Parts: sequence; structure tokens; C-alpha cells
Amino acid sequence: MSTPKTLFQKVWERHEVVPQTADTPAVIYIDLHLIHEVTSPQAFSELRARGLPVRRVDRTLGTMDHSTPTRTEQVFGGKPITIESAAKQVKQLEVNCAEFGVELLNLASDIRGIVHVIGPELGATQPGKTIVCGDSHTSTHGAFGALAFGIGSTEVGHVLATQCLLQSKAKTLAIHVTGSLKPGVTAKDLVLAIIGKIGVGGGTGHVIEFRGPAIRALNMDERMTVCNMSIEAGARAGMIAPDEVTFEYLKGRPRAPQGADWEKAVADWRTLAGDDDATFDREVTIDASAVEPMITWGTHPGMVAPVSGSVPATSADPVFDRALAYMGFSAGQKLSGSPINVVFIGSCTNSRLSDLRAAAALLKGHKLARGVQMLVVPGSQQVKKQAEAEGLDRIFIEAGAEWRESGCSMCLGMNGDTVDKGNYSLSTSNRNFEGRQGPGARTLLASPLTAAASAVRGAITDPREFM
Amino acid sequence: MDPFVSITSSTVVLPRPDVDTDQIIPARFLRATDKAGFGKHLFADWRYLVDGRPNPDFVLNKPESAGCHVLVAGDNFGCGSSREHAPWALTDFGIRAVISTSFADIFRSNALKNGLVPVVVDSGTLQWLIANPGAKVTVDLTSSTLKLPGDRAVPFPIEPFARYCLMQGVDQLGYLLSRDAEITAFEKRHA
Repeated sequence: MSTPKTLFQKVWERHEVVPQTADTPAVIYIDLHLIHEVTSPQAFSELRARGLPVRRVDRTLGTMDHSTPTRTEQVFGGKPITIESAAKQVKQLEVNCAEFGVELLNLASDIRGIVHVIGPELGATQPGKTIVCGDSHTSTHGAFGALAFGIGSTEVGHVLATQCLLQSKAKTLAIHVTGSLKPGVTAKDLVLAIIGKIGVGGGTGHVIEFRGPAIRALNMDERMTVCNMSIEAGARAGMIAPDEVTFEYLKGRPRAPQGADWEKAVADWRTLAGDDDATFDREVTIDASAVEPMITWGTHPGMVAPVSGSVPATSADPVFDRALAYMGFSAGQKLSGSPINVVFIGSCTNSRLSDLRAAAALLKGHKLARGVQMLVVPGSQQVKKQAEAEGLDRIFIEAGAEWRESGCSMCLGMNGDTVDKGNYSLSTSNRNFEGRQGPGARTLLASPLTAAASAVRGAITDPREFM
Repeated sequence: MDPFVSITSSTVVLPRPDVDTDQIIPARFLRATDKAGFGKHLFADWRYLVDGRPNPDFVLNKPESAGCHVLVAGDNFGCGSSREHAPWALTDFGIRAVISTSFADIFRSNALKNGLVPVVVDSGTLQWLIANPGAKVTVDLTSSTLKLPGDRAVPFPIEPFARYCLMQGVDQLGYLLSRDAEITAFEKRHA
């Protein structure tokens, strides 16, 4: 009998070109390489300097998302991109993809979007694949049972040139999620609660597998939200075993297997789930039924509390004091009711159709509180189109929000969408680091429901008050 | 890439845990298409005041930090984004080794590919280094040890392959390209 294996071990073994030895890391084959304008230019320069081609253009897909504007007139060419260095980066990606023969979804493309939204949406993200991108939130694709992780630009060059990476095998961490989420509590709240429990370094050196009935009950958008923030717990990747929900999502998508190939693929994907008696290096259990709507109060995603709760009471920890000073909070302060200035619904964490639907359903018939600025930025041009077909854009606009073209936008303050110094931004993104949304900006991470409820009140609000 | 065998330097101490890559280099400085010149933006939001002048209270701006090549920092250094601009900014500034109790995985991988040595030590050693800023230390890859004043030597873990590449000053792509036959065979098996 063969040794029982986890999902991660199965996917890893399928991609070993050269196994790991005491002296050398494994050579691992990469099935899908996603590239974008910010972390790829240096890699293309390296290929050019060495006279190397891209080994597998058919396994490489480019998009532009990070430094791109979200204002329609700049995206569709009525006006130039305001930020000169961003325009140059966008142009350079076009030049690089044309020169090396890589498919690029450029600003004019109607299927462009955030790299971690378009991969799944096109059906390019599939169970059992190895997927990399020069972006830490590549962990998102693990929701399909893929082994997906972020890499640096040097490694982007490695994959472009050889379709392989040198990797040491990670340890495994099982997170069992029991029970079920209560109404008004979302996948975002669950993953924030998990990070709060295991800490921002709790997953370092590990690939997380999310398991249990509460995970099985999530749809694919929600699973992506959970896997997306695995990196915020320091994990190398996050994975969820594929099941009927996964197959149903992928069926008929343009880059998923079609016809007879589809049946064959599904039969193979069914074998990926970890063996019942497989063991993990570490295991953690969390009860979904006990999770409340969550919000961060500090300067990393592990500094998190229930929306109905408070900033922790005072401690002698200088890190705690520093975070509170940056955020302008006091120890023990009640979170609910604390004023906000900006609401951002978007990013690779929460910009998919179901996120927009949830926020719009809450917002319908309401107006933003006086003085609140709200940006709604769909994850892709396809999400935007679908949302518009459902009239979601009208709900946001009538409430007083801005409806933009797809991109990373306010998540990371490098494309013109920023939060002013000292302002509070209730954001559905993934990082509340100092200055993440602009120098001095104060970020509060929460779900799209909490974002919409708080936009109406102009203060941190438990979305269940609207239900 | 310059070979890294051993480096002796006074330390600069930044005693904060969870220093994320957005602090090491904020995203607004990533709108570049080459690797050079990121050192001036290293720790930009901590290092400079709003008007652009150096913040005199930030450790890198202190006169005694000039010329230091070894940074000491708290647990979980380099968490967050995969941006390789973080090690590029550190090395462009002159930092060649960072000492901490742990490093985020992607940062560690990026550092090792850029002649920047992540030195993992126990919390006792880190506490001593934090309590003794400016201590003269040697990061020695020949023996994989951190040498401290008073002939103390603390071994640190480093992957043999990464260590070899650092000491030879070679990048890892050459090795991957040398495995072309295996990669081609793999592709044929999985076509």
C-alpha cells in the first residue's frame, strides 16, 4: 500500500521534474504562469540579456492591473494615463509580450482584470495545476485545488525561460473549519478570524489546506477569498480540495477542458483530494459558527476583532502602542460607531460578482453618509459587464459611490487611487499595513457587507443591523 | 552578482516585528522597469518626513548607521507582498545581511537570489543584538555562522544550494537551464 498523501503532496509529486536532494531543491514544473506589468519587466530584461526565448508561451498569460488607472477615460484612451511611470510600465508590458509572443490582455481587452480574478473566470485556473505569478496573492487560485503561490521577479524570469522553479517542499498545515457561518458572516470574516487565531507568521513555511464542512459549504468566490488571504498568515499557499462546486464553476468556461476532455479531466480531478489517513505537520480547528463579522483595528491583518467588539485593552507592548498611534485608536475603544472617510469595495480578495451583489443588496435604497467617499472597483471587465447587466452599478451610483474600471485600485495606492493621510478607509482588500493605501492612510479590513453598512452610517457598522 | 563569502559590519537595529515589504519599499515606488536605484526609497515612509527631509529619529538616518551592511530586525521580517524590489532596495542601500528570528517565505527566497543573506537566530541572540546596537558582527557563509563580539559564534540555517550560489556569485537560472533534458522529457510525458 502506498503512503497516504495530502492534496498538496499529490499536486507536488505530479510536477516533480527533478526531485529534491540534500544539496539541491526540487525542479518543479509550472502549468500556468500569470504575468502583470509591475513584477515582469526586469524578468523580460534578463531573458533579453541572455538571448533566451519564453519557453512556453502557451502556458503564459499577461494582464495589466496593479499600476493601471480605473477611470474610464484613462483606461479607454480618451485621456492619457496621468501617472507617467505607470504609462511606461503598461507600454513596456505590451512591448515585452509582443516581442516574446506572450498573450496579453491589454487595457482595451474586454476580458482584462485583476490577475487573480481573470485566471479562474476564464477557466485557466484548474484543479491539480501549478500556478505562479509575481504576486503574493496567487494563493487565491488554490481554491480550485491548484498549488498556487507568489514568486519574485527573478523567479518570473526562471519560469519564462524554463517553465520550472527551484523549490523546497513546504510543510503542511490543515485548518479544519467546523460548523457553519451565520447569516451576515462571510468568507472574509472567516479568513480574518483564522489569521487572528494563527497570527501573521502562523503559516510560514507551510501550505495550508482548508478543510471541513464550513469550507465545503462555500461557493468558489468565497473559497477564493479564503485562499487569497493565506499569505496574510504567512503561508506559502492555501488549498481547498476540488469538489462538485469546483467542477460546476469551471464547466463551460472558455479555457477549461471541453467535451470528452472535460469528463476525463473531472475524473482525474476527483483523485486529487487528500487521502483520508494522510497526516499534516500541523492541524488547527476553528468553529465557523462562532465567527462574527470581523474588522482589523491595527497595522497588520492579525490585529483583528469582531465589529461588535473593541480594540484590545492596554498592554505594555510597544508594537501594540505603535499600531494604535498610527491608527489613531485608543486601547479598549469600541469599534462599532467609529467614523470612517472612505469605503473601498474591490481587490483580488473581494471584487467578484457575488461580493458586488452582496454589497449592492445591502446598499439598495440607501445613500452614503455625508462626507463618505466610496469606490466600487470590479475585479475584471467581465465582472463589470455582468454587474451592469444586473443593474448593480446603478445601485452603487445612486447611493453616491463611484463605479470604476477593473484593477487593483485602492488596495495598494500605486495607480492614482489613494487614501489621504490620516483618513480611515474601510476596505475589502487584504492588507492594512502602514501606508498601504497611501502615506498615512488608515486601513480597516472587512467584508463587502460590513463595507456597505459602514458606508451608509459613515462609521464602522455591523451589517446585521441592516438585516 | 558579487560573491558573498563573509562580511563584517556594525549592525543597524530596527527592533520591530512583522516589518512588511510595503514598509521596506512602498508600492508607489514600484512603477519602474529596471532593478536599479531603489535604495533611495528604502523604508521611505519611516525614513523621510512628509516634506521629504530625512526623519532624524529613524535609525537609518543616524550618523552611526552610515556604511553598515547588517540589519537586525524583529520576528517575521519581510512579510506581505512578493515584490523583489524589497531586497533590491536593501542591497542598493548597502545592506547585505538581515538578522531576525524568522523571515517570510517569499522575501527569504528573493533575498537569497540577490546576494542578501537572511540570518535566522534564536530569540536570545536577537535580544542581545537589539540590546547592543552597532555591535560588530561577521556573517560568514563558509561556516554558516554569525560571529558575535567575544568569540561567540551562532550557526544559522541556509539551504546548501542557495549558499553555493551566493558564495560563487552565480544566479540559479544557469542550473535550471542545465536541466533542460529532464524538463523536455517531463513535457513529453505530460503532453
